[in-house]
Amino acid sequence: MTKSKLTRRGLIRTGAVTAGGLAMPTIFTSQVWGQTDTGFTNAPTGDTVTLGFNVPQSGPYADEGADELRAFELAVEHLNGEGDGGMLSTFSSKTLEGNGILGKKVAYVSGDTQTKSDAARASAKSMIEKDGAIMISGGSSSGVAVAVQGLCQEAGIIFMSGLTHSNDTTGKDRKANGFRHFFNAYMSAAALAPVLSQLYGNDRKVYSLTADYTWGWTQQESIQAATEELGWETITDVRTPLAATDFSSYMTPVLNSGADVLILNHYGGNMVNSLTNAVQFGLRDKQVNGKNFEIVVPLYSELMAKGAGKNITGIVGSQNWDWKLENEKGDRYAGTNAFVQSFGTKYGFPPSQAAQTCYAQTLLYADAVNRAKSFNPCAVVEALEDFEFDGLGNGPTLYRAADHQCFKDVVVVRGKENPENEFDLVEIVEVTPAEQVTYDPEHPMFAGGDLGECNPGA
Amino acid sequence: MLGLNKKDTTILIVVAVLTMAAPFILNPFPTNSSLAQFNAGYPDLMQRFVIYGIFAIGFNILFGLTGYLSFGHAAFLGIGSYSAVWMFKLLSFNVIPAIALSIVVAGLFSVVIGYISLRRSGIYFSILTLAFAQMSFNLAYSVLSNPKFNLTNGETGLQVYGSDPQYLKGSGPDVTHIFGLEMRATETLKLGGWSFDFNVGYYLCALILLVSFYISVRIFRSPFGMMLRAVKSNQQRMNYTGLNSRPYTLAAFVISGMYAGLAGGLLAAMDPLAGAERMQWTASGEVVLMTILGGAGTLIGPVLGAGFIKYFENIFSKINDNVLHTWFAALPDGMEDFLITIVHPFVGKGWHLTLGLMFMAVVIFLPGGLVQGGQKIGRLFRRRGANAPGPEGEAARKQPAE
Repeated sequence: MTKSKLTRRGLIRTGAVTAGGLAMPTIFTSQVWGQTDTGFTNAPTGDTVTLGFNVPQSGPYADEGADELRAFELAVEHLNGEGDGGMLSTFSSKTLEGNGILGKKVAYVSGDTQTKSDAARASAKSMIEKDGAIMISGGSSSGVAVAVQGLCQEAGIIFMSGLTHSNDTTGKDRKANGFRHFFNAYMSAAALAPVLSQLYGNDRKVYSLTADYTWGWTQQESIQAATEELGWETITDVRTPLAATDFSSYMTPVLNSGADVLILNHYGGNMVNSLTNAVQFGLRDKQVNGKNFEIVVPLYSELMAKGAGKNITGIVGSQNWDWKLENEKGDRYAGTNAFVQSFGTKYGFPPSQAAQTCYAQTLLYADAVNRAKSFNPCAVVEALEDFEFDGLGNGPTLYRAADHQCFKDVVVVRGKENPENEFDLVEIVEVTPAEQVTYDPEHPMFAGGDLGECNPGA
Repeated sequence: MLGLNKKDTTILIVVAVLTMAAPFILNPFPTNSSLAQFNAGYPDLMQRFVIYGIFAIGFNILFGLTGYLSFGHAAFLGIGSYSAVWMFKLLSFNVIPAIALSIVVAGLFSVVIGYISLRRSGIYFSILTLAFAQMSFNLAYSVLSNPKFNLTNGETGLQVYGSDPQYLKGSGPDVTHIFGLEMRATETLKLGGWSFDFNVGYYLCALILLVSFYISVRIFRSPFGMMLRAVKSNQQRMNYTGLNSRPYTLAAFVISGMYAGLAGGLLAAMDPLAGAERMQWTASGEVVLMTILGGAGTLIGPVLGAGFIKYFENIFSKINDNVLHTWFAALPDGMEDFLITIVHPFVGKGWHLTLGLMFMAVVIFLPGGLVQGGQKIGRLFRRRGANAPGPEGEAARKQPAE
């Protein structure tokens, strides 16, 4: 290194500069995000109000993200009185009249979460700090949803999560400013269990493959608990790395394990690959313990069914919502057809469950603001807590105050034998009523969380 | 001043002025104008500019000086973040211990990884570092986050819960702070249609950037830096003269690892959440892009590159069709739709495409990065005046960046 040229004068000078620099921030009085005169973060001042839609536009869930964004755009159109109004007419609360929210025109900004917590938080922060978004919605992965929900809680913004299925979102990571319309892993398992027992009996041996991360674990834990209650036995649970694309090496042990059911706790591309491998290994044609070998995928979407092609035939799984619900199960699910109609007219194909949950969340938020007569997050939280509604496609629904989770019927589906067209890949086996999937907020799988106080920010 | 020659002092002053006045420089458009879309002067992005600037400066000490291309530097960034969040969980929300620990832990990891990886050079070194980074990523993503031993909290990311011990917290604030001064505290100055945000967290990062930059300048100009340059130009010849170059390269590796750790710690200090994605190979690739884009081996290049990439990621990705419609609303309908069809693939989710094209253009036409572009422009003006190429131009021609 160079010889040090530290002099007394140089030291004093450097010290003074550093001290000045360090003291600089204190010159500004400490003011938290937003403007103090309005009492909460990003209070809308003009004649528009900005919502932030933060969805994955790149990465493994980009398809779901694109569908979510379509639904958001549709919701904004309907809120502003354009288009055919969609579910506005079927929604049980009648405060939405197509004149925006509280008379202010709805504008929106969109961002790319890249399915990464970091990028999602950066994108949400820019919506809050730069664009003045009053509510953030979206997300297509539980990790991202939890991360953004935490951020919104700190910033004093309402977070209406999109597709997130992990128990943690409204379990141990629940937040007062965050709300989830989508169902969760526990509900999937609770809805599936009676159907599984009906279809496959009460004496089964399970082998499960689980994606090795938070969502996979909560899904596995939930389904194991639910099936063991039926009398099923879990022989082995094998964790597979998330980045795995080839699951052949996991299939041979399944054949030799003596199990007669394989549960795949995989999502997205993982599930498509593992299911394809399982079918290639002839698991579906096997007889074990005198019974047909069965495969169960607790959560799957239309997009995954599309990816898996013929292999999805006969596979049982659960969904939050399906576009055929009202046609097949009647008026209880009113709103479904209205939504499918306006979505189909605009984009030319039926919406996915991700789209439905995002559309519903946007309407629910707008309605809550109208009922509360204020954009203040704390007023909105109060309006949404224990709010009972109907007509958004899921039947009568409750937004529970204790954990900000929606309770509604869960759809159990099965891959269709002979699909009529490319959108008609699954058939509805049963709709499990909400009572059967309701649980205590302090259930062990959800315990350890604390909503905390609602935070209005400023 | 401060042991620097005149030219370096000027660069340091320029960087200092740029960082201190960033809230003004980055918000050139009035808040309500349609160009406000391009404003970047909000706290989060400004913080990211300087933090990734620090990351790139550190990377440049290794890559720019020794020519060793590490594809695994994001591992140290992630390790820094995790250490910092653990400090928040265990001690308090004060950022000082968090940042200190993140530097130390990243330094320790880089000693181990560097010691092994530096046994090879060239592509083998790159692959080894990449392997280590992917290993760290997978450890953080699943192995170290099982319910029995939860060090990283997996996909969700490590965050601070109300139930964490925080032994030194007392009655301190619930958000990250430096001796009570909250990182997120922002003063907004409104001047006419403009508004400028002065954020505590940003100024802390900016000061640390200045210190990091100063240290980097000193390293570049020291005999140690000269030794590292010698490694780059011909390591074999150096070894034949009887010099053992490994301690030097290892030192450079550890220094740049500590810079990455510092950047990671700062990221966590601004926003107390550490996700495993921070360690993914894409993040490692990003810092390589930043350095090359700005100009590898130059002092100020990596900072420019970091700013450039982060600007695209955060500003261009948010231009959706809705915004395009407002821009072209004045045009006749057919024209409007036509223009939107053309522009659409390059903005919004297409920001990667735009960035890729920019990167290609820079690599092809300005192999020395944005800095070379600046020099070319500078020379253009000088030639008109003095009709003689400046010393920097000479230097640039002698040392083409790689």
